Amino acid sequence: MKKLKILMMAGVAASLMVSAANAGSHSKRGADGQLNIIYWQAASILNPYLSGGTKDTHASSMILEPLAKYDEKGGMVASLAEEIPTPENGGVSKDLTSITWKLKKGVTWSDGSPFTAADVVFSAEYCMDTTGGCNSISNFNDVKSVEAVDDHTVKITFKVAKPFPYGPFVGATVPIIQKAQFKDCMGAKAPTCTTQNFGPIGTGPFVVTEFKSNDVVVYAANDKYREADKPAFATAIIKGGGEAAAAARSVLETGEFDYAWNLQVEPEILAQMAAKGKGTIVTSFGTSVERLMVQSMAVSADLGDKRGTKEGGAHPFLTDPAVREALSFAIDREILVEAGYGKAGQVTCNVLPAPAVYASTANDDCKKQDVARANKVLDDAGWAKGSDGIRAKDGVRLSILFQTSTNGVRQGTQALIKQMWKAIGVETELRNISASVFFGGDQSSPDTFQKFFADIEMYTNNFDGTDPEKYMGSWTCSNIPAPSNQWIGNNMPRYCNAEYDALVAEMGKTASIEKRAALAMKMNDMLMKARVMIPLIHRGDVSAHANTIKGVRMNSWDSQLWNVADWTRAK
Amino acid sequence: MTNASVTEIISEPLHEHRSLWGDVWRQFRTHKGAVVGVAVFSFIVLVVVLGPFIHTIDPTFLDIRNKNLSPTLVHPMGTDNLGRDMLAQVMAGGQVSLLVGVTAMLLSLFVGTLIGVVAGFFKTIDGVLMRLTDLFLALPILPLLLVIIMLFRDSLRSVFGPETGIFILIVFVIGITSWMQTARIVRGEVLALKEQEFIIAARSIGTRRHRIISRHILPNVLSPILVSATLGIANAIITESALSFLGLGFPSDFPTWGRLLFDGANFMQLTPSRVLWPGLAISLTVLSVNYIGDGLRDALDPRIRGR
Repeated sequence: MKKLKILMMAGVAASLMVSAANAGSHSKRGADGQLNIIYWQAASILNPYLSGGTKDTHASSMILEPLAKYDEKGGMVASLAEEIPTPENGGVSKDLTSITWKLKKGVTWSDGSPFTAADVVFSAEYCMDTTGGCNSISNFNDVKSVEAVDDHTVKITFKVAKPFPYGPFVGATVPIIQKAQFKDCMGAKAPTCTTQNFGPIGTGPFVVTEFKSNDVVVYAANDKYREADKPAFATAIIKGGGEAAAAARSVLETGEFDYAWNLQVEPEILAQMAAKGKGTIVTSFGTSVERLMVQSMAVSADLGDKRGTKEGGAHPFLTDPAVREALSFAIDREILVEAGYGKAGQVTCNVLPAPAVYASTANDDCKKQDVARANKVLDDAGWAKGSDGIRAKDGVRLSILFQTSTNGVRQGTQALIKQMWKAIGVETELRNISASVFFGGDQSSPDTFQKFFADIEMYTNNFDGTDPEKYMGSWTCSNIPAPSNQWIGNNMPRYCNAEYDALVAEMGKTASIEKRAALAMKMNDMLMKARVMIPLIHRGDVSAHANTIKGVRMNSWDSQLWNVADWTRAK
Repeated sequence: MTNASVTEIISEPLHEHRSLWGDVWRQFRTHKGAVVGVAVFSFIVLVVVLGPFIHTIDPTFLDIRNKNLSPTLVHPMGTDNLGRDMLAQVMAGGQVSLLVGVTAMLLSLFVGTLIGVVAGFFKTIDGVLMRLTDLFLALPILPLLLVIIMLFRDSLRSVFGPETGIFILIVFVIGITSWMQTARIVRGEVLALKEQEFIIAARSIGTRRHRIISRHILPNVLSPILVSATLGIANAIITESALSFLGLGFPSDFPTWGRLLFDGANFMQLTPSRVLWPGLAISLTVLSVNYIGDGLRDALDPRIRGR
């Protein structure tokens, strides 16, 4: 009741203010009522250090802030820091082994206590504790120490020269958490601190008032937020669940929600919804690539516990480079773009398509479909067509189980690829798994994308920020998901090559940007030549916002809600 | 027509041979809904079975240049967003959906009748079987289906191949979760029957139990069994549709009516025929089968027959 009264008074005051001053945006904190956001994958935790999910990172980015964020162009903007440290302004040491961040003064946590360098140091300790299973650990690669020089200065020292020292505390995956709140949650205790993980105290524009895991997050404006007139919204909710098309409809057609994330919906449907004039579709290209992961281990169900592991043996036919090459050349990527993505997709032959300095051009021959070449490669390798039109060699048939998450666009892509592969004598069985299971990471389910009990699987991956070091490190031997590491790791194709691991290690030590770019391209080309993955489409992020919401700057490099403090509702 | 046959019967009562099934058929014909149901259902079955021989487009062939077409002469129901012909898909989907419906119904009928008759006839295990029935009735079906599909999918797939494996799984799962009503109804009938004089007479002359069941009990409980059979088909088709609608069950490029509806839902405004036809097919099939069941019940009940 009391809350309601205050809200109403605030509303009245706000409307008076508006009529009196006719101030455009940000007349007053909380003047614009409620912001309704829909994420069709619901947030399950609000501590990004313990979650790999984009949805969780975004939901927590309204509460927790890093020292600096990436803007929509991939440039850095200071948030909790005074400015971005660079070699020019003396923030980064000449030998590139340390970076010194000056923190903003006068910032308080939402509980009123002051934000200091001790919190930053603690956040680093929290994530670097090897028993804790921190998901952003690769942001802290080569960090030797994080120390508080004084209350508002933090110095991060690296073991090697770091040409890109912005791994720690830049971007939504590595925010600052409050020492006072999390001090008893170090290491192995981290996942057990439910109260903290579900309701972190932050410095951001909003605070959590209610969180139902895998359902809804309710926020209220943080009245201690450092910019007095922000955020413009008094409350906000992120509703989770449903599927992409319904989310798009709720913003573009019915207007129930103000913002919808990740609208992987057939282009003709989106266009039709947008024609209603209630909302706007926003697209931005980051590093997302829809790709096929190619299995290299045997996955037959008869193997029992050894399925998909080294002990189970090699894959019966996908280890033949000729088969991989043929599979790639048989695909007409332009048709896939046209059918499923429209303006939100571009043909790509790289797993690292952006930023431009890192994009290789060595593999561009896959952009055009070449069925003749695919057929020839298979013929030369001895895969001969049988009476059923399916190629086989030594009793092994080219029959592929192809899995992905349940989504109209993905099933369409699957069907198209199946037909293209059929043309070169490869049989395909399609399987789709509910996104919540496929990406859910449940140890007991055989259907997760980490377990990958199939021959080919398709999904999108990307990296935050603009530096690909961590991302390219995904395909090292130590990153292979296996029972021994509870199926955690991003090397789904189970690629293991000492030469590649050496390149990753080298990049960690390399300083100059040109050399790093050359290394990243070399790694990309190595993965592409071995066809560890078959890239299909460089995907834009597609979201939609209601026409009344102003200030949305669609961002592929950081959380899409990175500037939610600046959003307003047009009257 | 009815009047004519009635007068015929009255005028020559002694000369005409009257069988039980003849009577049933005569009564059945008087139920207009049932007759229409038979006509509609036969029509659907005919189209689904013979249609693909006339309309020979491959239902899984993607013709991306001809996507989202409105109905034309080549594609009488239009095409979907990947250029697949809708008519071919509806017919192919119908074959699967109807086959699932009929097979699952037979399975549930068999289990239901067996348990119903045994429970009704043998007092000693009646309690156990009926508690088992209650147990099954209390099970939440969809979560159970999800678990079963997850557990057994891979092993069945390796033995029978993807489509047959899933087919067996779905039929089994639907059958095993829908026999309870049949069992209860049959048990009730058996309980009432077995105290009747002709059963007691049969028993008193030393007829063995299995003979009593097969000669005297089963023919007399045929009517509720047949009725629940028709309802079972409808139920199985709907359950399969629900599974496909959830994106489970058969592979995504294997059309069933439920799957077509699921895929088409987003395109409702763009190409309405994508939901119209599969939806209509499901509704008409279920409705007509229900009417047939209704007609059969009336026709098989001697107290209603002849009225």
